[in-house]
This record gives sequence, structure tokens and C-alpha cells, in this order.
Amino acid sequence: MIALRHVTKRFGGRVALDDVSLAVEPGTTHVLLGSSGAGKSTVLRLILGLLRPDAGEVRVEPTAPMGYVVQEGALYPHLSAGRNVVLPARAANWSAERQAARLDALAALVGLEPELMARYPHQLSGGQRQRVSLMRALMLDPPVLLLDEPLGALDPITRASLQAQLGRVFGELHKAVILVTHDVREAFVFGSVITLLSHGRVVQQGTLADLAQRPADPFVTEFLSAQAPPPEMARELRL
Amino acid sequence: MALLVCAAAAPAEPPRIRVGSKSFTESYILAEMVAQIVDETGEARAERRLGLGGTGIVYGALASGDIDIYPEYTGTIAQAILKEPTLASVQAMRTRLGARGLTLGVALGFDNTYALAVRRDAAARLGLRTIGDLARHPGLRAAFDPGFLDRGDGWPGLQRQYGLRFAEVRAMEHALTYPALVSGRVDVIDVFSTDGQLARLDLALLTDDRRFFPDYSAVLLARRSLAERFPRTWAALQGRLGGRIDNATMARLNALADLERRSFAEAAATFLGRSSAETARRPARELATLTLEHVWLVAVSLTAAVLLGLPLGILAARRRRLAQAELMGVGVIQTIPALALLSFMIPLFGIGQLPALVALSLYALLPIVRTTHAAISSLDPRLVEMTTVLGLRGWRRLAWVELPLASVTIMAGIKTAAVLTVGTATLAAFIGGGGYGTLIVTGLALNDVGTILTGAIPAAVMALVIHAAFEALDRVVVPRALRAAPSASN
Ligand SMILES: Nc1ncnc2c1ncn2[C@@H]1O[C@H](COP(=O)(O)OP(=O)(O)OP(=O)(O)O)[C@@H](O)[C@H]1O
Ligand SMILES: [Mg+2]
Repeated sequence: MIALRHVTKRFGGRVALDDVSLAVEPGTTHVLLGSSGAGKSTVLRLILGLLRPDAGEVRVEPTAPMGYVVQEGALYPHLSAGRNVVLPARAANWSAERQAARLDALAALVGLEPELMARYPHQLSGGQRQRVSLMRALMLDPPVLLLDEPLGALDPITRASLQAQLGRVFGELHKAVILVTHDVREAFVFGSVITLLSHGRVVQQGTLADLAQRPADPFVTEFLSAQAPPPEMARELRL
Repeated sequence: MALLVCAAAAPAEPPRIRVGSKSFTESYILAEMVAQIVDETGEARAERRLGLGGTGIVYGALASGDIDIYPEYTGTIAQAILKEPTLASVQAMRTRLGARGLTLGVALGFDNTYALAVRRDAAARLGLRTIGDLARHPGLRAAFDPGFLDRGDGWPGLQRQYGLRFAEVRAMEHALTYPALVSGRVDVIDVFSTDGQLARLDLALLTDDRRFFPDYSAVLLARRSLAERFPRTWAALQGRLGGRIDNATMARLNALADLERRSFAEAAATFLGRSSAETARRPARELATLTLEHVWLVAVSLTAAVLLGLPLGILAARRRRLAQAELMGVGVIQTIPALALLSFMIPLFGIGQLPALVALSLYALLPIVRTTHAAISSLDPRLVEMTTVLGLRGWRRLAWVELPLASVTIMAGIKTAAVLTVGTATLAAFIGGGGYGTLIVTGLALNDVGTILTGAIPAAVMALVIHAAFEALDRVVVPRALRAAPSASN
């Protein structure tokens, strides 16, 4: 369970988050939408305890472990992909066999060939790195998962199949998940509830249908329609 | 090495008298005379701790009890040691030194001070006997050592005292003034009154009739305990050396070493009337021994610097406030000239290997602390932050993530420190620390490039070898993926 209540966060004089509240129950996936600089990553970093709120309250249960995928992957360049993935398990003193078994299972889950686990991050493609990063976040099977654009660098096909796979995994495993994305379609696939942020403020909270049909602000419509195909294109391609 | 030191101190050994010297020819030769007389008398065995830099170091060693005796000059005792420049009599100095547990032997007979020299034929032609006579010949040209030109008790004071004026006064490196004088390009130069060159060249020294130059009579400066415990030895030293060595004799002995390439021991033996066969056993320490000593100096001090510097660098990276003070502290150490740092060690650790090791470790600290601090505090903050999320804490965070990521930079710092230390370790010889510096110090005293190179070249080779060794060590310490320096832009 994750809960933010009236959270404000400032960097220096600038307000990055202003009176933000949201709650995520186990078994649900919450999507954070918003344009660049809106404060999405800051929300995740507050939940992780990497930042402290200037006002309001952040509550997470249980507090550890949390799975976290950052935008750029943040894999350790001196460790092979496999060593990166098992790092949290080593820190938790798992046996080598248990680590190896989990590694294989996760590689299968995200669709990476086991041979790739011996490679170093700089020897992998951007999309492969993102999937390794995702594996690392899932290693300890954490009840709380925080994903900051985890599928950004994937091609549309892999992306779609992984979205479907992850959606299933999150639902089955009863996790509380927050997923940051720019992509409205991804919000639709994962999101039971969406929070749309703009300049550190919550513009609207609700399902995609709520946002589309009862926009609280012209910005909501603007944001959603910016990602819909233009009408001429939809007509032309008979979408 | 440490075992050897212990063995030397074992009770079965005969008592030792540790003889010191400064690092110039005359001091080496006098100390050799002392050591040979000590051995001859048989009350104790002489242990040579020669070439201990300048007054600060060798006197420090005597005061702290690391040596028992060394040759000194009255002018230096009055000015540099007792800091009473007006003190003139040996007896008064002996009394003052008595309060420090030290004593003075009788004067050896010669006076090593500044003097002015001219060609003998010119002296005859112009009727020059005293420095005062020069005032009548303002057309002469002079060349003086830069040190002599600047010092108050050198040219400026002399000029005032005697009212001298020359057609030309130029600064010239001391070693070059002799050929300039002999070839007639200049007419007057400054010399030391016992300079070996004087014995060989046909020069006339001008009398300092107004006694401008301070008195630098050679004397033996010793711990009182030496005179008390070894009365026969002390008496033999007084008897065989006291008043026996005049300026010409000392100049000839200096020439023997400086110009005729004889060992200091041989020069000393010549004066004492001993056969050189007896002194041929002088331990011209082999290169192998010096190499071992040098390797030991570098290895131990570098290890100590790494063991101390790594934690200090890590600490500085963790505590911003501490970092300022800490980096400034190690930085300040680096600004202390190496010789000064070595002499600061003497009151604390005496002379020999220990103070050299401490000083070298302190010197090696800066590059290690600074690169460790810089490497760790400049790691990608997202990678460091992720350790918290992954549950890595304390030493695991350090050992699994931070140190491996910083290893390339840290190793570069250690490599720099190692190569620096090989060079700096040559200075250890100035406080009796051994190593290649022993040859360099001797070579400098003899102004003998050959001897200097026999120390300097192996030191340079060792620096290269150590550099190569650390390149190899990189393969072990630095993670494989970081070594190839991949463009890790993920
Ligand atoms: N450590 C920091 N120091 C100062 N300002 C920061 C810091 N982290 C974030 N900010 C600022 O806070 C605001 C929100 O940043 P945040 O990273 O949360 O945006 P975002 O919604 O994740 O954007 P994007 O989609 O580009 O990743 C931005 O204006 C950013 O510049
Ligand atoms: Mg972000």
C-alpha cells in the first residue's frame, strides 16, 4: 500500500510537487501521466525515501523491498547483466542456487535469452538494458514496484507484448505498482487509475474513461489528444 | 630488514659509537678519520651514519641521541646551533653545549670559511696579499657564486668592510669560477679556504686582515656520554686530530676525494698514515643492498599510505565538511619541502629508516586521498542512489559498487604516488634511510656525475618497473568492463 497525503516538495525555491495526494492498493497499478518536468519521477523518489517531503506525508507498507526501474536503466557498468540482476538477492543473502533459478525465470519473463546475462551493459541494446533493469527490480519479488518509463526504449511489438505480460504479472502477484509514462496507450493497458500531473499539481485523477469523458481542465483534453492520431491519419489508415 | 636491525642491537655485540657527517666531501673525510680512530682504539666499534644532509638534520640526530659524534664548524655552532652569533671562544661554546649534554673537542686546526682567490702571477704582479690590497685595483673583474653574492656575510658585507670596487662583478656557478679564473677571463673569485681545487691550481688566497669572514674552525661535536664512556677513544681523537690538520692539508685531502676519485676512507687513511689495504674493506655498499633498501622504503611507505589514504579519501567523500579540512591537511604536508619534512621527523623518530618511512608515507598520502575522494564523490549519483534501493548498505555498498566503479581513478592515484615515492625516497639518504639516495648524496658531495648516475639511473629504472607493475595490477583490481573504457552511455 502506497499513500501520499498533501505532499509538497521544493528544490531550492522551486516547487516540484504541490499538494499531491494519491493512494495505490495492492493488486492495482497506478499510472502517473504528465509532460516532462511535471514531477513524476519526484513522486517515485519520495516513495523510495530518496527524498523527504517538505510538507505532507508519505506512507509505504511494507517499506522494503521496493522494485525500482529508472528511466535510464542505471545498470552498474562493472557488472554483467546477470550480476546486476542478482545484486539485490546477494544483498539479501540468497543462496547461489536460488539466485540462479530466479534469474532464469525472470529472463524468460521479459523475453531475454539466457546467454545475454553474461554480457556487460555496454554490450546490450537500449531495450535489452531496460529489460535487465526490470528483471533487477523484480528480483526479490517486491510487493511495491515503481517503474519510471520502463518500456521507453522498446520497439512497438516487444513493447506491446511486454505490456501485456507485465499487466498479467502485476495483477496475479497482487503488487502495488506505480508506472510513470508519457504514453496514453500504456496508461490504458496498465492503468486502473491515472493521475495526470502538470507543473507539480494534480490536474485530474481517475480512469482513462473519466479523463476522456469528464476532463477537469482543458489541459486534460489537450494532453490526451496530443497522443491520439490526427483525424486525417486515422481516416486515411482506417484506424 | 627489521630483523637485521634487531640483530645489530643484540646484547652480545660490542658497544657502538655512531659517527655522523654532513653530505659534503670534507665532512665525510673527517667522519671517516673519526670512525677509523674509533675502530683502532678498540673500545667500541664505529658505525657510520654518513651524509646526513645539512646542519639541521645532522645536529638533530646528535641532539636526539641517534649519533654520538660528527665534525662541525665553530661559526655554525655559534650561529645555527646556539643562535649566539657573537660567541667566539670554543670554551664558551663548550660550556653552552654542556647544558645540552654535548661537548666539543679541541679545534682540528683548519678554518673552512669564505676567502678570495687570485692567480699567483697576478698576485705577484699587482702586489696582492690581503683583501684590502684589492681596493687599489678597481679595474679587476670578479666572478662570485650566487650564494656568496647574496649573503650579508658574503659580498655585500665584504664590499662595505673593505671599500672594494671592481670593473665587473658577475654571478657564476661555483664549479665554473675556477676555469674562469685560470683562463684569465676573471681576476678574483670566492672560494672555500679548504677547497680541493686550491691544492691543484696555482692560486693565491688573500688574507682577511680585517677579519670580516666569521671563524669556521673545524671541531668535533659529540655527546658528553661518548667522552665519559669511552675516555681512551675521546683522548685518541683529541690527540690524533686536535690541531693537526691545517688548511693546506685539508685542501689536499679534499682534492684526493674530489679530483683524484679516491674514497673518503682512503683520504682519511692517508692522513692517519694507515695503509689503504686496511681501509679497502670500506663497505662500498653494493647496488643489490641499496636496491633492497630502496624497494623496502617504497613498498612500506606506499602500503602505509594506501592503508591510511583510502579510508581518509572515503571518509572525505562521505563527510563534506570533513573533506575540506582533510584535503587541506594532506595538501599542506605536500607543500613542506621534502628535506624539511625529513628533518621534522628527527625529533620524533630519530634518523634512519623509520623517519624516512613516515615522511615518505605522508608524502604519498595526498595523491591517494585526493583521487579516492574525487573518484568516489564524482560517481554517477543515480548509480549510487540505486544502492539504497537495492538494499546495499555499509561496506557492501563500498566493496560491491563504489570502489569498483572508482577503481580506475583510485589506481591512477596510487600509481602516481608510487612513482613519486621512488623519486622522493632518494632523499631518505639525507637522514640515514639508505637506498639509492646514498649514491646520489655521495655523488653530489664529490660533484661526481658518474656516482650520481649510479644512484639516479637505477631509481629511474625502478620508477618504470613500478609503473609497469601497477599497469599489470590494474588487470587484477579494475573490473574487466571498466578497463576497456567503454562508452558506457546507457
Ligand atoms: N535533485 C533536484 N534538484 C533540483 N531540481 C530538481 C531535482 N530533481 C528534480 N528537479 C526539478 O523538479 C521538477 C520535476 O522533476 P521530475 O524529474 O520529477 O520530472 P518528470 O515529471 O519526471 O519529468 P520527465 O518526464 O522529463 O522525466 C523539474 O523541474 C526538475 O527540474
Ligand atoms: Mg522523470
